Amino acid sequence: MKRKLFTAVALATTTLFSGLSVNAADRTLIQNKGSDTLVNVAQAWAEEYRNVDPSVAVAVSGGGSGTGIAAMINGTVDIANASRKMKARELEMAKSKGQNPIQHVVGYDALAVYINKNNPATTFSFEQMKEIFGRGGKATKWSDLGLKVPGCKGDTIVVVSRQNNSGTYAYFKKAVLGKKGKFRQGTLDMHGSKDVVDLVEKTPCAIGYSGLAYATDHVKLVCVSKETGGACVNPSVATASDRSYPIARPLFMYTNGEPKGAIKTYLDWIKSDKGQCILLKKGYAPIHDVSCG
Amino acid sequence: MPLDNPMQHSMSAEFDRRNLDWYIDKLVQVLVFMAGISAIIFIVGIFTFITMEGVGFLLEGFSFSEFFLSPFWEPSDEDAPEYGALALIAGTASVTGLAMIVAIPFSLGAAIFIGEFSTGKSREYLKVLVELLAAIPSVVWGFIGLSIMNPLIIELFDVPVGLNVLNAGIILGLMAAPIMTSIAEDALKAVPDRYREAAEALGATRWQVIFKTVLPAAKNGLLGAVLLGVGRGFGETMAVLMATGHSVNIPHSLFDPVRALTATIAAELGETAVGSPHYQVLFTIGIFLFVITFLINLTADLIVRGIRKG
Repeated sequence: MKRKLFTAVALATTTLFSGLSVNAADRTLIQNKGSDTLVNVAQAWAEEYRNVDPSVAVAVSGGGSGTGIAAMINGTVDIANASRKMKARELEMAKSKGQNPIQHVVGYDALAVYINKNNPATTFSFEQMKEIFGRGGKATKWSDLGLKVPGCKGDTIVVVSRQNNSGTYAYFKKAVLGKKGKFRQGTLDMHGSKDVVDLVEKTPCAIGYSGLAYATDHVKLVCVSKETGGACVNPSVATASDRSYPIARPLFMYTNGEPKGAIKTYLDWIKSDKGQCILLKKGYAPIHDVSCG
Repeated sequence: MPLDNPMQHSMSAEFDRRNLDWYIDKLVQVLVFMAGISAIIFIVGIFTFITMEGVGFLLEGFSFSEFFLSPFWEPSDEDAPEYGALALIAGTASVTGLAMIVAIPFSLGAAIFIGEFSTGKSREYLKVLVELLAAIPSVVWGFIGLSIMNPLIIELFDVPVGLNVLNAGIILGLMAAPIMTSIAEDALKAVPDRYREAAEALGATRWQVIFKTVLPAAKNGLLGAVLLGVGRGFGETMAVLMATGHSVNIPHSLFDPVRALTATIAAELGETAVGSPHYQVLFTIGIFLFVITFLINLTADLIVRGIRKG
């Protein structure tokens, strides 16, 4: 009697589990995590890809480049999104944990410098931005730059930055402040690309940097010149594509080893005209010329 | 084991008390014992965990003078990382300090009113309301700081940003006040009625009774309440993350944005590679916070116990 019961239970359990594994087998799940800059477009890709290959489900989450890279090092994601290159130390750590991250460029992003709508400034050179954002910079008041900002009480420049392990932060630091450069003390460190734009919108005294894709009609974008007095370039998808805009950066996806199977097909689709058109629509620059209807 | 002696074994099965009830009884005993010591197990476990994660940095990269004396916090820099926590400590201290300035008059006033003046129904209602205030989630407080206090401070004080020491201090003060009120009220209740009666018999007014008799007698308990409020302020994360402006900065005025130790851990830990120096220095901050709050709570506890015994 007891034996029969046991067999029945065992049989039921096996059926249940085999049923589950069959279900899991006919849908491949790709874990995709990382950069806040890329999260919107990654989500759009994942959604569209459902129509391309219904047997593959892509789960996208944000959190920042550091989060994605950390997950890649710990081996918990299939594709890590990053708006910066992996650092040498991170690559070492990944190797020591048996991971072999391979880098893929999936698009370009212009980092726009945002100011409040009431701010009369139009152009900033790299040198001026160093004075505003950099440690030891001399510009702490808008009048130091010869500007009078309506609505900005106290004339102080409120510098808006990102938390120190965001890809945007790392890229801006390297590109504008130089390899040895550091941000000044007392910047407001926002936790997401959108938060920077929101704060600049509400604060007349503020200046901040964030991806071009987060631009709204309620903030002003600054024309950026490399040399003081030199010709300036407006941030746009076009100027990011032809690399004439000086603070445009590549956007990366990392895979563990050369991509295979469903992950390879997905990445190839992302780099194809179809995938790149979605990227373009979200406000980023494609990796090659595309014509989207 | 008195039950195991040979006399009992030789007895017949009828006298063997180990039936189902006996086993249930034993099981419940073990469960209750486990629950009783679980707090100790958890606290030791947590301390061991954060120490293990942070100890690598403490042994290798840690410079005592840099951590406590340098205001430069740049742990993610590739070439020259900087691990100065002075600005973060100053941020936490300034916000907690202001919170206490806000919370002490509020909570002591509320405790005196609830404990000494109000009676019957109004007293019960007030106590429930104070407890309800303590139950508001910290993210809601943070949201109030971000969306209500921020524009209000900009408007009232003509400052460029409203996310600063003042904003976070007021928010944190309101958060700490209910707990402090509850404990302070307990301390007042612990003062024996005969003290009040004696004072009244000497012709003291109500104010004199409270100010000259009850408060001095409850002094230790009230100090304990304040210290627990300080501990609460030190450990609070979400609300200060949202209301301080999150800016590494040694504050020179109430209107400077700052950054708290707890908020730094919350904002950065999720994005660092496990085991990297940045990860470890965040755990070092964790150890520091743990030690500080432990000392504050221990002192508060000893002071409160002191009054109960004496």
